[in-house]
Amino acid sequence: MAFKLKEEALKPERLTGGHRMCAGCGAPVVVRAVLRALKAEDQAVICSATGCLEVSTFMYPYTAWNDSFIHSAFENAGATISGAEAAYKAMKKKGKLPADQTIKFIAFGGDGGTYDIGLQSLSGAMERGHDMVYVCYDNGAYMNTGIQRSSATPRFADTTTSPAGSSVPGKQQQRKDLTAIMAAHHLPYVAQTAPLGSKHGGFKDLHEKAEKAIYTEGACFLNVLAPCPRGWRYDTPKLLEMTDIAVDTCVWPLYEIVDGKLTLSYIPKEKKPVEEYLKAQGRFRHVFKKGNEWMIEEIQKEVDRTWEDLLNRNETK
Amino acid sequence: MGKRDRLSGNEAVAVAMRQINPDVVAAFPITPSTEVPQYFAAFANDGLVDTEFVPVESEHSAMSACIGAEAAGARTMTATSANGLAYMWEMLYIAASSRLPIVLAAVNRALSGPINIHNDHSDTMGARDSGWVQLYGETNQEAYDNFIMAVKIAEHPDVCLPVMDCYDGFITSHSVEVIELLDDQDVKNFVGEYKPKAYLNNPNGKVSMGPLDMPAYYFEHKRQQAEAMKNAKRVILEVSEEFYKLTGRKYGLFEEYKMEDAEVAIVLLNSTAGTAKAVVDELRSKGVKAGLIKIRVFRPFPVDEIVAALKGLKAVAVMDKADGFNGAGGPLFTDITSALYGKADVKVINYIYGLGGRDVRTDDIEVVYDELLKIAETGSVKSVYNYLGIKE
Ligand SMILES: Cc1ncc(C[n+]2csc(CCOP(=O)(O)OP(=O)(O)O)c2C)c(N)n1
Ligand code: SF4
Ligand SMILES: [Mg+2]
Repeated sequence: MAFKLKEEALKPERLTGGHRMCAGCGAPVVVRAVLRALKAEDQAVICSATGCLEVSTFMYPYTAWNDSFIHSAFENAGATISGAEAAYKAMKKKGKLPADQTIKFIAFGGDGGTYDIGLQSLSGAMERGHDMVYVCYDNGAYMNTGIQRSSATPRFADTTTSPAGSSVPGKQQQRKDLTAIMAAHHLPYVAQTAPLGSKHGGFKDLHEKAEKAIYTEGACFLNVLAPCPRGWRYDTPKLLEMTDIAVDTCVWPLYEIVDGKLTLSYIPKEKKPVEEYLKAQGRFRHVFKKGNEWMIEEIQKEVDRTWEDLLNRNETK
Repeated sequence: MGKRDRLSGNEAVAVAMRQINPDVVAAFPITPSTEVPQYFAAFANDGLVDTEFVPVESEHSAMSACIGAEAAGARTMTATSANGLAYMWEMLYIAASSRLPIVLAAVNRALSGPINIHNDHSDTMGARDSGWVQLYGETNQEAYDNFIMAVKIAEHPDVCLPVMDCYDGFITSHSVEVIELLDDQDVKNFVGEYKPKAYLNNPNGKVSMGPLDMPAYYFEHKRQQAEAMKNAKRVILEVSEEFYKLTGRKYGLFEEYKMEDAEVAIVLLNSTAGTAKAVVDELRSKGVKAGLIKIRVFRPFPVDEIVAALKGLKAVAVMDKADGFNGAGGPLFTDITSALYGKADVKVINYIYGLGGRDVRTDDIEVVYDELLKIAETGSVKSVYNYLGIKE
């Protein structure tokens, strides 16, 4: 279905404003965009792992969620939503729900709740093939507890548990490739996306991928870049500049894997140097210090390697 | 009318599950509870139930999926033991505080470490303050009956709390006994339909569950939860009465065995009661006024009723199949003595016994009654916190 921003923007928001996430936070933007892909007539049951999103959107007695919503813990959004989906199947079978009622099951987790502590629960839910979508909003650290490193944190980033110190300059390890891990579960639909600026089609990529994930039967996974101005240390209004540059430098490639077939959604005509991504963010300030040029080179090498790999696997050339 | 059948405790509980025909069962294998989901998976795959069986990848996910399912509006059950229950720990509290009436067959096994598959009560004792109602049963029949009653207790609008049906690993779970099964239809009628007030999958009303709860509200929510646990005592008795009318099998908060004129008594849980009853009979035949109390309802703890039952006794021994590691005694012992405090002046001693499946025989129980008789005679207690059957 073609994406028409004007039409989509007219849909009532399923996550209302007035929640307490920081100004300029990527996470609620991602959530609203994903939920906009739901058909207006379809009900949704939404689960969130503990993290910035959950604690800021559902503080008793106020909820920002216009759909049924459940939070139970940090590491188990996959399992929790799988239980709700199993309940739906059973209730349908027993005639406890109207036959023509469609409920869609969507879980959101931060990178900490997804790449790290929730990986087992997510893997289990995906492998069992519940009819659900798991959306990771990846901001590259445990933001809610004060910007600690996660396995999604990029190499050399300065976090509170991988500080850029005088002898160890930030996080030492590469990011975990969670999207590839999810693809290895042989899911019907896996995609990596981001909310983007208008030169990249705005929310088109995210919307279309969310729509496919929601309306493809079975367990589907979306990994969505969701910048955090506090953790990344960039100017609050620059959210979409951050995602645009992540895409143009191929730090965050956009692609989808449908039944195992990989398609790159965007191939920049000219891949921008990684410096442009790094220099916009305070968490990488130390890599620009004199004598640290090797760090930028290493980051570039890793980006080039993964991008080459994706180009080789791209089946729609 | 029901029928008689020869079943192991696990099989009996799985049959109860089939008769209840819950909406969702999510479980993970661990000895000695494994057979419950195994039997149930067979029922599901043979089309004998309409249940969605969710074979999760861990117990943490089992309880998480149960929470998601029950919150979504499904009658939900699971089974586990020992490390599995410990692995659920975080989610046990969340299930209870979310007021989700999940039913769990807790097949008692020693908690690691060291790893040990045999029976004691360290697993469910570790969960005693998680906000779950805990029922304990001596026999296969009690495990089966408690499981059916658990559904009704959990879902009662004045309770809305999860319930554990606790029975001894191997001793009860694996040994075969003749038990009286209810008719499928009777079970169906007894448990009725699950009709939650608010649930995620409600087509006519949305709900948000599991909020961030700030100091302005958290305390009141905990207070409500505590009230529900208090209500559970009355509801358990009401449900048990209804069950009695249906089956003729009577259940209270605890069973009093030959307590009418008893001067000394043992208080304990689960299958050891069978052994202890034999010793009581033996002592009675010699004219010794011995009695036994077998606790059925450990959470909520029947404080006033226990005081009334023990008041006036010359000596009482509480036997704990779990240590307290508090330097003072086992968990049942400390609960009983604090119940008695200021209300009855009874001499109470504690025996930790049977840890990790150490056998407890009639001669072990005789040692305890002998000690009680000495206390009754002399009025003096040599040692409060003791170990039974240990190689010193
Ligand atoms: C079992 C458990 N361990 C730790 C925490 C503390 N905790 C809450 S949120 C969080 C980090 C969340 O990070 P992420 O999933 O990336 O979400 P974000 O806050 O970045 O949006 C942590 C460590 C917890 N709630 N539960
Ligand atoms: S700390 Fe970051 S992720 Fe959390 S609400 Fe603020 S901007 Fe969003
Ligand atoms: Mg994060």
